[in-house]
Amino acid sequence: MGFKKYLARKTGVYLITFLFAVTLNWLLPRLMPGNPIEAMLSSNLGLAPGEKEVLMEYYSQLYGLDKPLWEQFVNFWVSLFHGDLGYSILYRAPVTDLIKHALPYDVVILLPAIVLSWVVGNWLGAIAGKNKKYDRYTMPLFYFLASMPYFWFAMLLVYFVGVRAGWLPYQGAYDPAIIPSLSFGFISNFLQHWILPFLSLFIVQIGSWAIGMRNMIIYELEADYVRYLEALGGSEKLLTKHAYRNAILPQVTGLALQLGLMVAGAIATETVFNYPGIGVLIMNAALSQDYFLLQGAFLMVVISVLAANFIIDIIYAFIDPRVRTSYTEG
Amino acid sequence: MSTLLDVRNLKVYYKTPVGYVKAVDNVSFKVKEGEVFGVAGESGCGKSTLVHSLILRKPPMTHMGGQAIFKGRDLMQLSKEEERKIKYTELSIIPQYAMNALNPTKKIKDIVWDIAREHGYEDRSEVEKLLRERLAMVKLSEKVADMYPVELSGGMRQRATMVVSTLMNPDLLIADEVTSALDVTTQRVVLELLHYFMEQGIVKSIIFVTHDLALLDKIADRFMVMYAGKVVEMGPTEELINSPSHPYTTMLIESLPKIGVRYRETKLKGIPGYPISLLNPPKGCRFYTRCPYAMEHCPRVEPSLIEVGEDHVVACHLYGGESNE
Amino acid sequence: MPRRNRMETVKIAFRNRKFQFGFGLLMFFVIFALIGPLFTNFAWDGLYYEKVGKVELASYSGRHLPPMSREEIWTYTGKKVEVLHILGTDIQGKDLYAQLVYGLRTSLWIAALAAIIGTILGVSIGFVSGYKGGWVDEILMMVVNIMLVIPAIVLLILVAAYLSARSPEIQALIIGLTGWPWVARAVRSQTLSLKNREFVSLARLAGQSDLRIIFGEIMPNMVSYVFMAGILQFSGAILSSATLDFIGLGPTTMVSLGNILQKAIAHNALQFGWWWWFIPPGLIITLIITALFFINLGMEEVFNPRLRRGGE
Repeated sequence: MGFKKYLARKTGVYLITFLFAVTLNWLLPRLMPGNPIEAMLSSNLGLAPGEKEVLMEYYSQLYGLDKPLWEQFVNFWVSLFHGDLGYSILYRAPVTDLIKHALPYDVVILLPAIVLSWVVGNWLGAIAGKNKKYDRYTMPLFYFLASMPYFWFAMLLVYFVGVRAGWLPYQGAYDPAIIPSLSFGFISNFLQHWILPFLSLFIVQIGSWAIGMRNMIIYELEADYVRYLEALGGSEKLLTKHAYRNAILPQVTGLALQLGLMVAGAIATETVFNYPGIGVLIMNAALSQDYFLLQGAFLMVVISVLAANFIIDIIYAFIDPRVRTSYTEG
Repeated sequence: MSTLLDVRNLKVYYKTPVGYVKAVDNVSFKVKEGEVFGVAGESGCGKSTLVHSLILRKPPMTHMGGQAIFKGRDLMQLSKEEERKIKYTELSIIPQYAMNALNPTKKIKDIVWDIAREHGYEDRSEVEKLLRERLAMVKLSEKVADMYPVELSGGMRQRATMVVSTLMNPDLLIADEVTSALDVTTQRVVLELLHYFMEQGIVKSIIFVTHDLALLDKIADRFMVMYAGKVVEMGPTEELINSPSHPYTTMLIESLPKIGVRYRETKLKGIPGYPISLLNPPKGCRFYTRCPYAMEHCPRVEPSLIEVGEDHVVACHLYGGESNE
Repeated sequence: MPRRNRMETVKIAFRNRKFQFGFGLLMFFVIFALIGPLFTNFAWDGLYYEKVGKVELASYSGRHLPPMSREEIWTYTGKKVEVLHILGTDIQGKDLYAQLVYGLRTSLWIAALAAIIGTILGVSIGFVSGYKGGWVDEILMMVVNIMLVIPAIVLLILVAAYLSARSPEIQALIIGLTGWPWVARAVRSQTLSLKNREFVSLARLAGQSDLRIIFGEIMPNMVSYVFMAGILQFSGAILSSATLDFIGLGPTTMVSLGNILQKAIAHNALQFGWWWWFIPPGLIITLIITALFFINLGMEEVFNPRLRRGGE
């Protein structure tokens, strides 16, 4: 059985990637010119006169910046496994807590947007691959969509739907006047705030899925096995069924590869809507040079993307027999 | 023996932006029940187009005239749905790409059931049982039915495709260049299998398309030689191989490597020159440009098929008969 | 393998409708970026400069105006100049048309530079990996796969945040350094398929050196392919750079398209309905990427006729 081998290999690859990402995270600030912690502390974050020295002390002790590099590296890992990602000066809170509060917002926006855009985009692309007339009219639109920066489309939504038409709220995750609870009022308010950020990611992403699916369908419909089915009197429906199945497989792998791009899109999009996810944290951290927050957020994003990729890889092995066989030989 | 397929003056062209490519031009032949009929010629002579036009006509391939009467019906005039029904159950094909003909991501039994269901079969277990029987017949494990094509070796896939193609006992089986990509041992297995299918009555007749005359010698009862979209010679295998009439057939046979001949001493004979373009073929004999016996009227007058022996016809001015054109 | 005449291929590409459309659109923006400043009196930062002796002094009115507004500006020396704000002004009264033209220049420059860096890196690594094979290939592909999974933009943000002074060239460099893995992977698979073709084996039998085989035999057969990869890098770079600028990590010394958008958001242009501030820059980014898509599409049709549709 090739599956075990496949699993072992994939686990290995992702583990190495994880190690690499963490090491990079640790290494980058040390490669940069100047002392980032000093830069961070001396930037105008509005620290009280005594505060700076206290924090300086705190960090030096925590990260042992005066110790040799290898010891710093080990310490970094140790605190990482204790879930300690440092302290955000900007928000005056531990980074882990900040991320824990922000992450759910990302999940509610990103997950539905990714899944639904994948389904709808593939569906529209499949139609375009089969129907030439429809293809002619929709493909330019798909290309236009796929070319749009997420955040710009988000801005258009805010301007036209939120500001001009006044249909939906476009700032924050819920009305600050309402206290979060499981009441109907809060949930409906939350959902109203959710629609525009969701749409901005969902609609733009449809374009590239549709393009990918369309090209795959055209390619698969020309494949030998489809010609064979046709020669044996398979109906149009049957040919399409077989071709679709094989065309959708690369789109599953595509999902893994697009994930990073979508996360990137989400970061910029959240800043448009002031949606309190990791994106806003990252932006604020980057602008205020709050490096611990920035590093923590980076690590969180990388881990999420890696985990999602890993899950997709496992699912893929189940739905495509070719992957499994390639690992039984060799 | 009754006639299973009667092709009359068939013309199949390819439509291109610069005009029609006359890949099959006025071809007539008959396939009798119980025989293996061979079609030979160099690549690009129209032999593949000919057989594909019988089973899978798709643009830019266009039917420009003539008939192909198969069991009383003209294949060229059938509606799409009628045509679809005849395929597989009565008229089937083993394609040139037999090794890659099965969808790699579906189990073989699922592929078979998908097609069988569309030809009116209702009992899945019966179809699967038949499949397993046939797989065993060609010395494949019954388990192959439950496997994905990617899990099989190339040779196994080739055999599996042959089983799938003949599962519904078609009357006429088209074998299109099935051996060209294979090594010699596998070639032999394929020939033996085809022979076996005939013997068992699984298929009634076979059209065997190849560029390799040596193979035809082993399997075909009769065959025809095509050149540039035309039939140049047709007759019983033994007669054609031993006493070919057309210069082209002669040269094809001479170009075969022979056992017992040392090529260090005797040079292997090829056919000089290249086939003509089928876009605007000349009026006269199409082999004229490469023929060592070309005569003055060859490029102007097209030779018609003349009987030179029993059931043996040839299209060449060397055998007299000024064309009626 | 017969080598197609290079000029012939270019000619075929230019006959392709999609290529024509994409190339035309791209050229329009390139030319616009080059000659756009001729139609305005304002400098890159949207200010009106007047030469007084050897120094240039800025003057502006500070009025927020919609597109096609005419305005009279009092210069430093007390002269009155009538000026036209083609695309209006931003909240500080700076001319937006001027910012847009110069921003487009910056964005194109960054993207081109990043695309060149990314393509060169990707092509060299992909070549070496595919051509050498063995453990070199294993290691390089491992790096490529790692780089592909780590979201490039987040890495860019991290690096950019550490840099206090950012020039367009620095931004191009870091974008190029994160963009190459896609090219490397594509080039590697092309190299693999090319290196076992007859003409390469022949060259190897003839005792040619690796370098000569790469540049003499494999390269010429991949030019179109590399070019297409470069185009994709270019569009990816435009998007990355716009995103970085939009987050506020853009060049500190220059105006760029993403930069204009960031300022628009920061000053609540959306809420106040100042559409001329944020629609043009985003539209230009979108159209440039669309143009690049169509160039690639056209080229793909020329080189891979299977995707061509319906008798074109």
